[in-house]
Amino acid sequence: MAQGFLLKYAEIGIKGKNRYKFENALCEQVRIRLGKIDGDFFVERENGRIYIEASSDFDIDEVIETLQRVSGIAAISPVKVIDDKSWDNLVKEVGDFVESQYDDVNFSFKVKAKRSDKHYQYTSPEICVEMGGCLLDRFPGLSVDVHDPDVYIWVEVRDKAYVYSKVYRGIGGMPLGTAGKAMLLLSGGIDSPVAGYMISKRGVYIDAVYFHAPPYTSERAKQKVVDLAKLVSRYAGKIRLHVINFTDIQMYIYEQCPHEELTIIMRRYMMRIAEHIAKESDCLGLITGESIGQVASQTMQSLAATNDVCELPVYRPLIAFDKQDIVDISQKIGTYETSIEPYEDCCTIFVAKHPVTKPNIEAIRNSEKNLEEKIDEMVRVALETDEIIEIDA
Amino acid sequence: MEAYMDNAATTPVLPEVRDIMIKVMEEDFGNPSSKHTKGMIAERYITEAKETIASILKCEPKEIIFTSGGTESNNMALIGTAIANRRAGKHIVTTRIEHASIHEPVSYLEEMGYEVTYLPVDSNGRVSAEDLKAAVREDTLIVSIMYVNNEIGAVQDIKKLCDIVKKKNPKTLFHVDAIQAFGKYKIVPKRLGIDMLSVSGHKINGPKGSGFLYIKDKTKIRPIIWGGGQQKGMRSGTENVPAIAGLGVAADIIYKDHSTKIERLYSLKKRMIEGMNKIEGAIVNGIDGIDIEETAPHIVSVSFEGIKSEVMLHALAQKGVFVSSGSACSSNHPELSGTLKAIGVSDELLDSTLRYSFSMLTTEEEIDYAVKITAEVLPNLRKFIKQ
Repeated sequence: MAQGFLLKYAEIGIKGKNRYKFENALCEQVRIRLGKIDGDFFVERENGRIYIEASSDFDIDEVIETLQRVSGIAAISPVKVIDDKSWDNLVKEVGDFVESQYDDVNFSFKVKAKRSDKHYQYTSPEICVEMGGCLLDRFPGLSVDVHDPDVYIWVEVRDKAYVYSKVYRGIGGMPLGTAGKAMLLLSGGIDSPVAGYMISKRGVYIDAVYFHAPPYTSERAKQKVVDLAKLVSRYAGKIRLHVINFTDIQMYIYEQCPHEELTIIMRRYMMRIAEHIAKESDCLGLITGESIGQVASQTMQSLAATNDVCELPVYRPLIAFDKQDIVDISQKIGTYETSIEPYEDCCTIFVAKHPVTKPNIEAIRNSEKNLEEKIDEMVRVALETDEIIEIDA
Repeated sequence: MEAYMDNAATTPVLPEVRDIMIKVMEEDFGNPSSKHTKGMIAERYITEAKETIASILKCEPKEIIFTSGGTESNNMALIGTAIANRRAGKHIVTTRIEHASIHEPVSYLEEMGYEVTYLPVDSNGRVSAEDLKAAVREDTLIVSIMYVNNEIGAVQDIKKLCDIVKKKNPKTLFHVDAIQAFGKYKIVPKRLGIDMLSVSGHKINGPKGSGFLYIKDKTKIRPIIWGGGQQKGMRSGTENVPAIAGLGVAADIIYKDHSTKIERLYSLKKRMIEGMNKIEGAIVNGIDGIDIEETAPHIVSVSFEGIKSEVMLHALAQKGVFVSSGSACSSNHPELSGTLKAIGVSDELLDSTLRYSFSMLTTEEEIDYAVKITAEVLPNLRKFIKQ
C-alpha cells in the first residue's frame, strides 16, 4: 500500500495529436516542483491522468500546495494505492481510507467505480453497490445519496486498486514549456507580477526586465522586485531577471522633453529596451500589467503611444480588469504583501502634476527628436550594463 | 573612499569586543546558570561586565540588569514600573521627541488606562523646566526623558529636570533613555538623581542585542520577561554571555581617555557644521543660538531645501557616504519625524532632512569627504525636483 496523488488536467485533454507533448511537459513540471520538496515521488502518465506515487514520507499539505502552483493541473486528489486488491482487503482498505480522510464520518456519499481489470470478480456497477453496502455497515453516520452526495468515493481497479475522495482545485491553464517565452516588464507594483503569473499560467516561460533608477529608487526597491520575481517564479519556474539602469535616460528625457510627456516617453523607451532584450532572448512577446484607464499612462491613447514603438506583440492580460480583481489575484498568489512595501519606483518619482492623458503620437515623436543627440548611446550603455539575476524559487 | 556617517543607527564592533565574544562563543560557552566549572567561567564574564559598568556609573553591580538592548531596557523601565506602582498613581510624563521604544510602550500604557502628559520642546529640542514643573502631579508615577535626542542631538539638562521632579514629588520615578548619551557623557545616576537609565551596546562599538537597564536599589519594578529566574528574577532567559562580555569591553574602552575623545568629536562636529554652512540651502538643525557644546558631540542634523531626503540618501550612498533620513530605527515607518516636527522644522523641510552621526572611530578625512560629496550631489539633484 502506498500514498500518492491523482492529477486531472485542465485543457490538455482536448489537444488531439499533440496531446502527448502537453502530457509530457506537465509530468516534467510536476517532477521539477516535487523535486524541491521533501519526499521521493514517482510521476507517470496513464490513461489521461497523472499518477504520483510517493516512496517515502512527505508532508501532504506541502505536496498539495506545490501542485496547486503547477499550471495545467485542474484537480488534485490524495490517493491510496492498494497492492492487494482481493475483495475483502479492498473493503477494509477503502474503509480505512475514508476514516483517514474525514475526521467525522457523517455525511451522504456515493461510490463511483472504474474497473479496467476485466478479470476482476465484480463489474463497475457491482463494485459501487457492494462497496457502498460495506461502508454503510462499517460507518453508521453514512447515508447514500446517488443524486447529490456530500462526498464521492472513487474506487478504481486496475493492476492495483486505487481509492480517492477529496478533490483540491489546481490553478488550471497549460503546462509550462508548451507555448514559448515572453518578456515581462516587472515593476514593484501590484499589477505586473499578476500579469506575469497569468501569462505563465498559459504555459509560457517568463523572463523579466526591471528599470532601476538609482539614487531615485533605492536598493531596497530593487530587492523588492527580486522578491516579487521569486514569488512569481513559484508558479512560472525559472525567471531570468534583467535589471536595467535607467537613471541617465530618465534624466535626459526630463531635461529635454515637456514634463507632462515624461512618463509616456519614458515608457516608450522602456518598451524599446524590453523589446531589444526580448528579441535577443528568443521571447515571442512582451507582457505588461497595464489596465485601461488605471493611470494617466494607461488611457487608450497612452497605450497606443507606448505600443507604437513595439514590433513584438504586447500581451496585457489585465487590460479589462478592475483594480480590486487584480488585488484579489495578487493576494491569492502571494505577491500583494510584497508589492505594497513602500519603496518608490522610477515611474512615480518624477511624475508631473498633470501628465498628458491623451497624448498625440505625432507630438510625442516630435518631442523625442530632442533626444536624438545622446539617446542611442544611452540606450546602448543601458543594454550593455544589463545586470542579470537568475531567479528560481 | 567611504564615510560611514550613520553611527547613531549603529557602530562597527571593536576588534577587542569581537575577540572576547569569539572566546566566549568558542571556549567559554557554558550556561552561566550551570553548576559546573563551565557555568562558573561563563558567569565570571557577566560579573566582570557588571563591575566594569558599575564603576563607570559609580553604582552597585546589582543595580545593572542586562537586556537585549535599548528597546527592551526602555520597555522594562516603563511597563515594569507602571505595573509595580499602579496603586501609587496612573500618571506618566514624557516628551514629544522620544524614540519609538519610549513612545510606543507609553501609548500602550495609555491604552491600558494610564494618563500621559507629553512635554513640548523648544526649537533646539529642549524641555522647559517650567513645563515639567507644571506637569508633575501628586499621582505622577514616572517621568521619562531622553538624555540625547537621536535625530538632532539635543541634550537635556538632566540634573536640573530631575531636581524639579524630585522637589515636586519625591515619590515620582525618573527614567532616562541614555541610549545616545552613554559613552558620550559621564553619567553618574546617583549624582543626577536618576532612578533608571537605559543603555544599548551597539551604539558604543559593542554588539547588537546587548544593553542594560540601571535600576537604583530598592526601586519598585516588576520584570516584563518571566521564566527561569536569571538575573535575580528581574530578567529571565539565559544571559547572552558573548554580547554581555562584548558590551563590558566596549564600555570600558569608550570611557578610557574620555575627555580627549569627546573634544575630538566636538571638533569633528564643528568641522562638519562649518562645511555644511558653506553649502547653499543647507540648514543645520538644533543649534539655534546655543553653543555646539550644549548639543551632543556626534549628531548633526541638516535640512536641504528642495530635496527629498531619501533620494539624497541614496545619492550619497552611491558615493560611499552613509547617512540616515530621520532616524534609521524608525525608517520602517514612512511617517515623518516627530522630533523635527516638535522643534518646528517647516513642513517643506521635514522630508528633506538628513542625519550625519559619528563614533569614536570617525576621522577628519571622513568628515571632509562627507561634506564634499554632499556639496557635489546637491546641485545635480536639485535640477530634478518633482514639479
